[in-house]
Amino acid sequence: MERLRRTILYIPGNNPAMINNGGIFGADVICFDLEDSVAVREKAAARCLVAAALRRRELVNPMQREIMVRINGFDTPFATADLEAIVRVRPDSIRVPKVEDPATVLNTAKLLDELEKKEGLDYRIEISPILETVLGVSRAVEIARCHERVTALSFGAEDFTRDLGTSRTKDGFELVHARGLLVMAAKAAGIQAIDTVFPDVGDYGGLESETSKVRQLGFDGKSVINPRQIEIVHRIFRPSDEEIRQALSIEKALEDAERKGLGVASLNGKMVDTPVAKKAGRVLALARRLGLVEGGGEQHVA
Amino acid sequence: MTSERKTGQAGTLESCDARVTIELTDEPGIDIEVEGPMKDVFGDAVARCARETLENLGVNGARVKLVDRGALDYVISARVEAAVIRARGED
Repeated sequence: MERLRRTILYIPGNNPAMINNGGIFGADVICFDLEDSVAVREKAAARCLVAAALRRRELVNPMQREIMVRINGFDTPFATADLEAIVRVRPDSIRVPKVEDPATVLNTAKLLDELEKKEGLDYRIEISPILETVLGVSRAVEIARCHERVTALSFGAEDFTRDLGTSRTKDGFELVHARGLLVMAAKAAGIQAIDTVFPDVGDYGGLESETSKVRQLGFDGKSVINPRQIEIVHRIFRPSDEEIRQALSIEKALEDAERKGLGVASLNGKMVDTPVAKKAGRVLALARRLGLVEGGGEQHVA
Repeated sequence: MTSERKTGQAGTLESCDARVTIELTDEPGIDIEVEGPMKDVFGDAVARCARETLENLGVNGARVKLVDRGALDYVISARVEAAVIRARGED
């Protein structure tokens, strides 16, 4: 089953107080950060701290959410040491920053193959490349499709807007093209699309507005940097009662058609075509996982 | 014989953290001094955690000063490890 990734909460990897508490706020994913929130002279210390924390995951992840680690980029001297330390403590996924080339993902995958074998892992760690440059976003489709470990594409707007030579605005007009490209690439590859952080943590209205827009664009979730952002993002990504009602009607129409041996289902005189059926399926899958509709497999507190 | 003196420090005085200063010595023996507001209650446990970490790292001789600000055991262990890495010049 596809992972629920409505919120990915960044936890600065050199901050014990935040690491202690990061797992209690209900984010779908806890992302321990070794990159931008850690000063260069503290990279080794943060690596030790995150690795030690993950050896005690009953403390730092009591709700048993997905554990992700953002390593340093392969344009730095830290990436390989990060992977060696982190694979040992068995995260679910890693985020690789500033990916511009499928080769970076393929090299990462190869390193993971070797390290997982060495450490005796019985599963494969997933990769979420962050596209945060013009070149990265331009190559989104290739990057999304290059390896089966890639299960989500993430967008990083801060570096991207600098690369564009512009700056972020509240309405995000400068990002709409990049967001569209990223979502399309992710969906073409059958993987998730995760939007960038909203840095103004005090502006709840702005967060709500941006999250609504990116949900409408097709994103599956959003990175967050403050626990107070989680509830708002979860609310926006929750299927509405009307969406659920419609999806249930479509599901029933499909079941009726199958029972009658009909090749095509119809609802209210209109044919239910494949995209409509697929969308209804996705809405109901999410609704069931959130306990909004009966019949869910995995229950997940919203 | 001259002993080598290599020093490393890691951690901060922020809440939930510990600042660990380690001096690696050639002479065997580990000497640990714990400071902090809860030293009477947790001092022994903190020192034990630091000692175990040093043993796992293969450190036989060291002088350790540890200022504890309510760090959990995994934090103590991580800060000791980072201080040793710095003392060994490996970071």
